[in-house]
Amino acid sequence: MDSEKLIEMYRQMLLIRRFEEKAAEMYMMGKIGGFCHLYIGQEAVAVGAIAAIRKDDYVIASYREHGHALAVGTEPRRIMAELFGKATGISRGKGGSMHIFDAERNFLGGHAIVGGHIPLATGVGFAINYEGKDQVVLCFFGDGAVNTGVFHESLNLASLWKLPVIYICENNFYGMGTAVTRAMAGPEMYLKAKAYDIPGELVDGMNVLEVWEKVGKAVERARHEKIPTFLEVRTYRFRGHSMSDPALYRTKEEVNEQRKRDPIVTFKQKLIAEGILSEEKFEEMEKEIKAIVDEAVEFAEKSPEPPEEWLYEDVYA
Amino acid sequence: MPVITYREALNQALREEMRRDERVFLMGEEVGLYQGAYKVSQGLLEEFGEKRVIDTPITEEAFTGVGVGAAMVGLRPVIEMMTFNFSIVAMDQIVNSAAKIRYMSGGQFKIPMVIRGPGGAAHSLAAQHSQSLEAWFCYVPGLKVVMPGVPKDAKGLLKSAIRDDNPVIFIEGELLYGTKGEVPEGEYTIPLGKADIKRKGSDVTIIAYSKMVLLAMEAAEELAKEGIEVEIVDPLTLKPLDETTILNSVRKTNRVVIVEEGWEFGGFGAQIAEIIYRKAFDYIDAPIERVAARNVPMPYAKNLEMATIPNKARVIEAVKKVLYFD
Ligand SMILES: Cc1ncc(C[n+]2csc(CCOP(=O)(O)OP(=O)(O)O)c2C)c(N)n1
Ligand SMILES: [Mg+2]
Repeated sequence: MDSEKLIEMYRQMLLIRRFEEKAAEMYMMGKIGGFCHLYIGQEAVAVGAIAAIRKDDYVIASYREHGHALAVGTEPRRIMAELFGKATGISRGKGGSMHIFDAERNFLGGHAIVGGHIPLATGVGFAINYEGKDQVVLCFFGDGAVNTGVFHESLNLASLWKLPVIYICENNFYGMGTAVTRAMAGPEMYLKAKAYDIPGELVDGMNVLEVWEKVGKAVERARHEKIPTFLEVRTYRFRGHSMSDPALYRTKEEVNEQRKRDPIVTFKQKLIAEGILSEEKFEEMEKEIKAIVDEAVEFAEKSPEPPEEWLYEDVYA
Repeated sequence: MPVITYREALNQALREEMRRDERVFLMGEEVGLYQGAYKVSQGLLEEFGEKRVIDTPITEEAFTGVGVGAAMVGLRPVIEMMTFNFSIVAMDQIVNSAAKIRYMSGGQFKIPMVIRGPGGAAHSLAAQHSQSLEAWFCYVPGLKVVMPGVPKDAKGLLKSAIRDDNPVIFIEGELLYGTKGEVPEGEYTIPLGKADIKRKGSDVTIIAYSKMVLLAMEAAEELAKEGIEVEIVDPLTLKPLDETTILNSVRKTNRVVIVEEGWEFGGFGAQIAEIIYRKAFDYIDAPIERVAARNVPMPYAKNLEMATIPNKARVIEAVKKVLYFD
């Protein structure tokens, strides 16, 4: 891969990290309401995977989707404004943290019922085939969603109908406070693909290049051979499930151990070691990203609330 | 009387009923180790162990069905929905299994089961996490529906729900968990199907349940300053509905406002209004007013959310309207 693309991946991961840190800060200040699920620790998954698709491909995700939206290129200020519940938000202030949608970039949301969007991804794959196109769908969800019925029903359909969908489980080892091992029979979940006769693979979600490469292969299969794939991408969330979760179900030691795998830190080390970027360039990038995030907050802050007339808009077409 | 939170009241009810009857168990997401997503089951795992306080994967449809199956053969499950929004995933088991099996089997099987958890809006949880679905459940023959608004009712009704031999949908309020109120010491139950007069008054009847009772109380206080005496009837159980208490109040005040947090169109309040029109038409001096949620999915933005759910100003306006004050 050329160094420009590597640098861009790093930049995106850093943008997500800083954006989420700022979101946490704004949440604590009461600027953001509702449930707010941060992507901190999982950045390499969205960035690596989305780097492997075309602009006209589709992406759909759960409520932990700020990172995916940033990775498809949604303007940070439009996301921040959405979190603030402002009229300039990407979903007009109607969706909030869990419902970021960006039609222009084929980003199909932000869904808050665990597993609920997995059949939607399957339907998008169906539509792609129906219209004879060669796009693909990336569907992101958590380990908890793998236990839902619709996950299994969807994989069966995708295999049966040869749909170009890549199902990406972001296994961060917990569904809220429940460890995967307490919730899932057969926690080597990538093996479940076998049951549906499709490729299943384990991916290191803390390694952005590995994510990129393995998703890339799945994308090729989906695009050219109409073969769906199920990927189990092992990652970790460094923060609680949402802003209101003190995460008492895991130890500090465990979190600290996982932090050693920090996808941004390790990727930076790699880029430095390979002479792709210098320490000064990193500093510069930090500054540039800080400016973007600060501007996003300022934009959100200054934006008006959605007017009351909007209440009845968007209910029906 | 001790003053405790709504959350503690529910916790006491669960604890007492689990002590009383070995067949009662609690099942749902995060009810055990995590002590409940909203801490209603705090300490229950410690007291009753993993056999009776059971953490599940995110599988509402399946564990609701597990509850029905266990109830068919003699257990008394309490199934927790982390919030009632997720009961939508389990709707098939609730409607097609829990509600129907007694009837379909000609009375051979009963389903003594409680499905409980918070319903309604909280703060800025947006469209998929803010729904008041009681009208759906009330529509289905075979289900009972209970919605307490204060700690005392929460405890007494949950105990009755657990002892009831039918599937009971028990909808709590996320924003109610931290609210406090007096709760009698010692053992007591409150019967299902019996309304409670939360405030006596002679000018207007407000019928309100769950969180809306608190709203109605606030509105009533303010209206009292203007000399308007409001009577508040809290049905407590929406199904079976205590029509007698409601109709008696209406016959006394002749004016009615119905307040609910759910959507206006097809809302439960429409059913109450229909009963009043049909059974007490001659006693009504003004068209019934309803205060309910605007007919839109819940918006995230705070100001729009406030504009969607009922508030005190709208209740007061409705009361004045049925009194022909404007
Ligand atoms: C059907 C359903 N049940 C319960 C919830 C509440 N809930 C929200 S997120 C969550 C945990 C999901 O865990 P996982 O799928 O691993 O995703 P993660 O949050 O770790 O990204 C739960 C139980 C929900 N949103 N939808
Ligand atoms: Mg998880």
